[in-house]
Amino acid sequence: MGVKRTYAEINEKIKSGKVVVVTAEEIIKMVEEKSVEEVAKEVDVVTTGTFGPMCSSGAFFNFGHSKPRIKMHRVWMNGVPAYTGVAAVDAYLGVNELPEYDPLNSNHPGEFRYGGGHVIEDLVAGKTIKFEATGYGTDCYPRRKIDTYISLNDVNEAFLFNPRNAYQNYNVAVNLSNKTIYTYMGTLKANLGNAHYCSAGQLSPLLNDPYYKTIGIGTRIFLGGGVGYVAWNGTQHSPCGARGENGVPLGGAGTLAVTGDLKQMKPQWLRGTSFLGYGATLTVGVGVPIPILNEEMLRFTAVKDEDIFATIVDYSYDYPNATGKTLGSVSYAQLKAGTVELNGKEIPTAPLSSYIKAREIAETLKKWILEGDFLLGEPVLTLPSADSGITLKGLQEKQAP
Amino acid sequence: MPPRKIVLRFPPQVVDKPLIYHLVKDYELMVNVLKANVNPYKEGFMVMELVGEPDKYEQGLNFLKEQGIRIDYLSEDIVRNIDRCTHCGACTSICPSGALYVSRPSMEVIFEDEKCVVCGVCLKTCPVKAIEVNFNGKQ
Ligand code: SF4
Ligand code: SF4
Repeated sequence: MGVKRTYAEINEKIKSGKVVVVTAEEIIKMVEEKSVEEVAKEVDVVTTGTFGPMCSSGAFFNFGHSKPRIKMHRVWMNGVPAYTGVAAVDAYLGVNELPEYDPLNSNHPGEFRYGGGHVIEDLVAGKTIKFEATGYGTDCYPRRKIDTYISLNDVNEAFLFNPRNAYQNYNVAVNLSNKTIYTYMGTLKANLGNAHYCSAGQLSPLLNDPYYKTIGIGTRIFLGGGVGYVAWNGTQHSPCGARGENGVPLGGAGTLAVTGDLKQMKPQWLRGTSFLGYGATLTVGVGVPIPILNEEMLRFTAVKDEDIFATIVDYSYDYPNATGKTLGSVSYAQLKAGTVELNGKEIPTAPLSSYIKAREIAETLKKWILEGDFLLGEPVLTLPSADSGITLKGLQEKQAP
Repeated sequence: MPPRKIVLRFPPQVVDKPLIYHLVKDYELMVNVLKANVNPYKEGFMVMELVGEPDKYEQGLNFLKEQGIRIDYLSEDIVRNIDRCTHCGACTSICPSGALYVSRPSMEVIFEDEKCVVCGVCLKTCPVKAIEVNFNGKQ
């Protein structure tokens, strides 16, 4: 049966400084040199990391009450509107949100230089931002307008709540048309001029625990340079698609909803981001520790780029029209080597997700655990997996019932 | 006057005109074309060294400007802010000169400014605005 470990045993080892932690990159070499059984006996935790644009992100704030009080009906943070359909002085700032004066794509491709993600980066960097709110006035909240300046220290709560992060795998984007296109996968040159991918591959959290056997609600993670938690499965969590023999999904599959206190995060791991012709977003650093509960978990974490495949999709026609057509599949080893072949053409590849920052996250998480500061969170519920029967629904256009 | 590297950016309709011929014949300038390309915005650009008598040099540049060509001096115009760069790699398949590339296997993004032809494409492509322009010396 081989080695067995519990979360409690691993946490005891972390507290007593005896824990053995390696990154998802280091584990690959170890398994090449020794047997899975031997390495499983030795290693307690494998750390992962990813640093890429994650559009489904944002933060909840409670700004505190002014004198007299205002029920904030509209809120702008450095000119970027926040959602106020929650209690009087609460709001949610989405990272894709843009100021009303942004020219958007009216002069295509638009630059989207400043959005919600940039506001979050500024706040985490300790900057003071302009805060404006309007209200319609009620008996209990008579005030109609407030203009002031706030920093992260001034607000009661500020926590990141990202509905969908750390996609398990992702498309490789190409452009079959004869003109340059501007997408959330970057600038794609005409006639298969380039291929963009967006995953840390062998270092990526959900590729190292493909069935989410150790990841679930309450898993403690690296989030934006601080400590965060898995709150739920992410939106569009789709665990039942095709998988390889090693269990790794062949396309986008699982996702995480994550949360954490913004006040302890770092600006270098939450970066306001602009995609030419597409919009503004946030580049988020996420790292998940994977406990080696048994040999099976070790085998999963030893996955390497050669064994992880991504699907190539045309973003000029097939993606926008949701045709479902794919152009082939390619391994992360090939993608990272710099070119892939498609339709008899050598296409240069480029990542959108930083591999060296992913490595830095996995290293940082390893350091935190080794220093005894970071205990593993045992999930109270693991995420729906390949046996859940979940199917991804499209939006149907229907007549009034 | 020592040779100066300049960058010409021209709209598609000028691409076919025999510009170099005019610079040589009408203004007696010595032209050394270092790089020529058409970027993804269908904007042509050319990097050249230009030598000649100061008067003629100015006249030659004026001639180019009359053709709707934008002229910039190439003097380490493009800089990468290494603190902001996340090494994401998004610029590397867009940069036409190979100045921005991924070093393998480390996957670090390298900027070799000697190769940069100041086309400006990376300025807008970089998602975190890590590429900056040094405006000094711009005309
Ligand atoms: S300006 Fe940017 S894209 Fe153009 S050559 Fe220089 S580095 Fe490459
Ligand atoms: S796109 Fe910007 S952040 Fe990304 S590697 Fe290039 S310069 Fe660095």
